[in-house]
Amino acid sequence: MAARLAMRCAYAQMFSVLPLSKSSVFSPTRIVSQAYIKRPLSASSRLCAALRYTDKHEWVSVDGSIGTVGISSFAQEALGDVVYCGLPDVGTQLSQSDEFGALESVKAASELYSPLTGEVVEVNSTLADTPGLVNKSCYKDGWLLKMTITKPEELDSLMDEASYERYIKSIED
Amino acid sequence: MFLSMLACCRSGTGIGNRALRKSPQTVRLGTAALQERHASTSEAPLKSTALFDFHREQGGKMVGFAGWSMPVQYKDSHIVSHMHTREHCSIFDVSHMLQTKVHGKDRIKFMESLIVADVAELKDNQGCLSLFTNEKGGIMDDLIVTKTDLGYLYVVSNAGCADKDSAHMKARLQEFKAAGHDVDLEFLEESLIALQGPSMARVLQPGLTDDLSKLTFMTSVLTPVFGIQGCRVTRCGYTGEDGVEISVPTGSVVALAEKLLTNNEVKLAGLGARDSLRLEAGLCLYGNDIDETTTPVEASLVWTIGKRRRQQRGFPGADIVVPQIKAKTQRKRVGLVSTGPPVRQHTPILAPDGRIIGEITSGCPSPCLKNNVAMGYVEAGFSKVGTAVQVEVRKKAVPAVVSKMPFVPAKYYTGQKG
Repeated sequence: MAARLAMRCAYAQMFSVLPLSKSSVFSPTRIVSQAYIKRPLSASSRLCAALRYTDKHEWVSVDGSIGTVGISSFAQEALGDVVYCGLPDVGTQLSQSDEFGALESVKAASELYSPLTGEVVEVNSTLADTPGLVNKSCYKDGWLLKMTITKPEELDSLMDEASYERYIKSIED
Repeated sequence: MFLSMLACCRSGTGIGNRALRKSPQTVRLGTAALQERHASTSEAPLKSTALFDFHREQGGKMVGFAGWSMPVQYKDSHIVSHMHTREHCSIFDVSHMLQTKVHGKDRIKFMESLIVADVAELKDNQGCLSLFTNEKGGIMDDLIVTKTDLGYLYVVSNAGCADKDSAHMKARLQEFKAAGHDVDLEFLEESLIALQGPSMARVLQPGLTDDLSKLTFMTSVLTPVFGIQGCRVTRCGYTGEDGVEISVPTGSVVALAEKLLTNNEVKLAGLGARDSLRLEAGLCLYGNDIDETTTPVEASLVWTIGKRRRQQRGFPGADIVVPQIKAKTQRKRVGLVSTGPPVRQHTPILAPDGRIIGEITSGCPSPCLKNNVAMGYVEAGFSKVGTAVQVEVRKKAVPAVVSKMPFVPAKYYTGQKG
């Protein structure tokens, strides 16, 4: 709840300070860092790589040829305390939008969908004992898996920070 | 991830938002009960209790449940709220439940014509859990009936069955009146809050003149509470902890809740924690674990059928239910424990050889036990405690064991040490 309100305030501030149009003059990295300054609850690792988001609230961050996948703050907050993470085996081949697992809270379960096409190369094994990391640090220690990126062009089909913020706002209204 | 079921968890602003903004999409596992119950109210606005504004002010996230807008949780997370109830105490708004008084000389005969309990044998001001049954021996609702010493029976039944139960009681009332009997029904306007947890007695005693240590589990008393007249306090609840339910005049329920909250031991808790607490306590949820198609014998609730009632019958469907006690039934409600992925409603239960032998009716990760607890119906041959079975979660078979309930030991106050 608090996180959502903070994000909304930050969103409003961001748009009053940066008059963005559809063809933004600002690079994604600058938008992220500008947005970040006004959003104290976000994790600092987002300054390192621009995140792209799916409409199902997964994020992917690209470092070279490897994408790291997690869920957004909006998602972890809505889900509640995560008590179990169902994640795929290393080596699993995923196509974009494939269901690759699920996160469970006491009251609810939510499936996870792959943001990209690729192969799972690493799974966050610390989540087996500490699934709560997904809530406490959804952009950093609560990462879910790392995968190869077979089709880099798929990144363009994902939302950037600003689009995702708008998307969240549209769901909430 | 799909957050569709959480569309209903937004704290609404203004009257228009009490009704759901979106119709339920994919029904998510644990919240199936929440979704199904309000599926029909996307047309009708949700009702609200006298604590609605209070819940919102306290940070309550409101959802639709049984036609009512109720808090699912507040600022604390589900698990924090659950554990607080087990370690301190919590207030639950249960004003949506139906409270009824049955008056008249023939009130016991009337009530016994509808439920399986031995009402006549209850001591003064004693209550018990009972069941409304239908002509097929299925369970129409579960309820608590208290035999007061003030000339009436006090009945509390589920919000989701309020229309059904009141119509059922009114129909029987007409029959009784037509036969010249002396009975009357009064559906109460009072609010109802539960105060549950080990520190309840410490919190509540300063507000009572009577000695709470004399009010044992399943007994009830009319008494002012913190100066509020016209309250009824019953030592019962839906969490497995020591606790009370307080029926309080609606005009004073906010004041009572506020007064209770001045004690640091007390926090508000919502439907989320209520569900995980009752499941750990092995208590059925009507609509999930028991319904019109489950008989008391299948549901492992034979103990609710009074001994005299098994002889004399006289409740709807008795001729079907009573023979089942001896003959046994094909399926039985059992408790299950497992580790790994949580087990939820509608999860198939499998024999060790993979054959489907039943279905889960309620399940959740247990905050206390750190494993998964569930209830479901299995073929009678697999119902013995200790039987190894499997549950099918996301197309994988996961081991589970039939277990005794309650999963977490009950702490009802019986007036004795230990």
